[in-house]
Amino acid sequence: MKAFTQLNGLACPIDRANIDTDAIIPKQFLKSIKRSGFGPYLFDEWRYQDHGEPGMDCTHRPLNADFVLNQPRYQGAQIMLARENFGCGSSREHAPWAIEDYGFRVIIAPSYADIFFNNCYKNGMLPIVASHEVVDKLFKACLATEGYRLNVDLPSQTVTLPCGETFTFDIHPTSKHNLLNGLDEIGLTLLHADKIKAFEAKHKVAQPWLFA
Amino acid sequence: MAGKTLYDKLWDSHVVHEDADGTCLIYIDRHLVHEVTSPQAFEGLRLAGRKPWRPDTLVANPDHNTPTKNWEKGIEDPISRLQVETLDSNIKETGALVYFPFKHANQGIIHVIGPENGTTLPGMTVVCGDSHTSTHGAFGALAHGIGTSEVEHVMATQTLIAKKSKRLLVLVNGQLGVGVTAKDVALAVIGKIGTAGGNGFAIEFAGEVISALSMEGRMTICNMAIEAGARAGIIAPDEKTAAYLKGRQYAPKAADWDKAVAYWNTLVTDADAVFDSIVELKGAEIAPQVTWGTSPEQVLPINGRVPDPAQEHDATKRTSIENALKYMGLTANTPIEDIKLDKIFIGSCTNSRIEDLRAAAVVAKGKKVASSIQLAMVVPGSGQVKRMAEAEGLDKIFIEAGFEWREPGCSMCLAMNADRLSPGERCASTSNRNFEGRQGQGGRTHLVSPAMAVAAAIAGHFVDVRSV
Repeated sequence: MKAFTQLNGLACPIDRANIDTDAIIPKQFLKSIKRSGFGPYLFDEWRYQDHGEPGMDCTHRPLNADFVLNQPRYQGAQIMLARENFGCGSSREHAPWAIEDYGFRVIIAPSYADIFFNNCYKNGMLPIVASHEVVDKLFKACLATEGYRLNVDLPSQTVTLPCGETFTFDIHPTSKHNLLNGLDEIGLTLLHADKIKAFEAKHKVAQPWLFA
Repeated sequence: MAGKTLYDKLWDSHVVHEDADGTCLIYIDRHLVHEVTSPQAFEGLRLAGRKPWRPDTLVANPDHNTPTKNWEKGIEDPISRLQVETLDSNIKETGALVYFPFKHANQGIIHVIGPENGTTLPGMTVVCGDSHTSTHGAFGALAHGIGTSEVEHVMATQTLIAKKSKRLLVLVNGQLGVGVTAKDVALAVIGKIGTAGGNGFAIEFAGEVISALSMEGRMTICNMAIEAGARAGIIAPDEKTAAYLKGRQYAPKAADWDKAVAYWNTLVTDADAVFDSIVELKGAEIAPQVTWGTSPEQVLPINGRVPDPAQEHDATKRTSIENALKYMGLTANTPIEDIKLDKIFIGSCTNSRIEDLRAAAVVAKGKKVASSIQLAMVVPGSGQVKRMAEAEGLDKIFIEAGFEWREPGCSMCLAMNADRLSPGERCASTSNRNFEGRQGQGGRTHLVSPAMAVAAAIAGHFVDVRSV
């Protein structure tokens, strides 16, 4: 997993509540057996005027000029501002893969769907939960100011606004540690292999039918 | 000390290791696998030189990409075919307890075949790279969807890194009216608490209405827990659970059976257990439900009218309503019963089991699909469901009424195969998500029960199935 420590990046506001993972990456792109290459299809149905299919070269597709990702001022954005319940619906990890492949490393929203939230960490992305007030303020400032950049610092758990103002965010200590160090979770879990085997032996005695 | 909820019992009995900050390693008993969310996990294992910890916990089957007709032609889309063939070769390499390849007599939707073969049991932890894994909670199992990285983690270690959820009790007491089904209860719950209402929670469903439901109905309710934001929905096992499982191929046998049932009987919430939150609904007040918007929480009783954004004071909600009306091509204040349909879809892991098809057939019997309906299709959840329905003559009822009778699969619930809506088409669907583009780009989905879908097919527009 890619490590994350600190990022000073351009923010992009996706102003809509309850964005589902079908919108983030439509189903036809889930036919890929790879983990990469989803970025060009991020928000495909909102981003382009035509119908996207896997493998399509997106460089000449007709863009929906109104969609925020297509506006020149947000090109190169690495921090996504989003609304509540971001990433609801399907568990597809293709959604964080697409967001990451596009270039985002941080999302700031009032709340996330549980599975999506977990999936972000597995891909070296930082989903920050901020209050509605803070998120509202960021949306307003971002819309009002071209080139609006935020500084995200994971060790100190802070986001610093261009005006110098700072807010802190919570993160689970294990998630923070793994993200800071870009750790391979499977490798870490296998350090507990003896414990897993001991549990398994006990479990097998109690419920032998689970081991038929 | 307060007693334990069912969720607490399931959780506590699977903790392998707990970190100081409460992060746990949870042992996984059953891992369901389909073709869409697994190839990258198998690839990850191979690249790291790792082997699955317990291949005998895998139950696998392609379902999302498989066609529902012309099986003799195979899978025509080469990208879909490659994904299904990749699952074939991955399972060939690792082994599995159960594998039903494409066209196998028992192939079907993974959340239908798990229970019907007795591979989902009370007291288990069940995961799958699919959010509708919550379905299996109907058996008193702790079951939820995971991402592909977690699929790889579970394969490699037989555990999942997880943090305990909060506990929400959804109580549905009283009795449902005639023509009101588990689907209507699920939609009514989502309408009440919202699609984010269950975020961070595991939901236990209980009450007289839940107890009275069949296992199929309970699966429908737990299936849609994720649409309320809760990864897991659970219902305590009872005599119906045991009766459903008894004799199924992978259910415990002989002495193990009695021992298992004795254990399953302990899987109930203690009388003095405490929930973090409780929501109550009265069964008698639930009418047949129809979604009008682009989120399952945008739902109304059949006698309702499409909402007017001008009446909404919350700016975010008002924008959501405006966006939904625009996408759905609906005008504020239109009676739900005036909404005309183009297509009808009966199927999906929510509503494709035998009981769903029976309920649909009761309404379809001797009737004809309206001429204005371009396509009405019934997609059974599995080969077993299909054969059972055919043995009961349900296929003939549907075909005579003008429905197409298809082969099993996920089909137009998410439209990864050829079954999909065209832009602007409006569909009454027994599936679980009415998101923009879910059933095809520009397609407009209204979620309903199987009986309501058939009633709409016959009338050409929504009608109250209680009056049919």
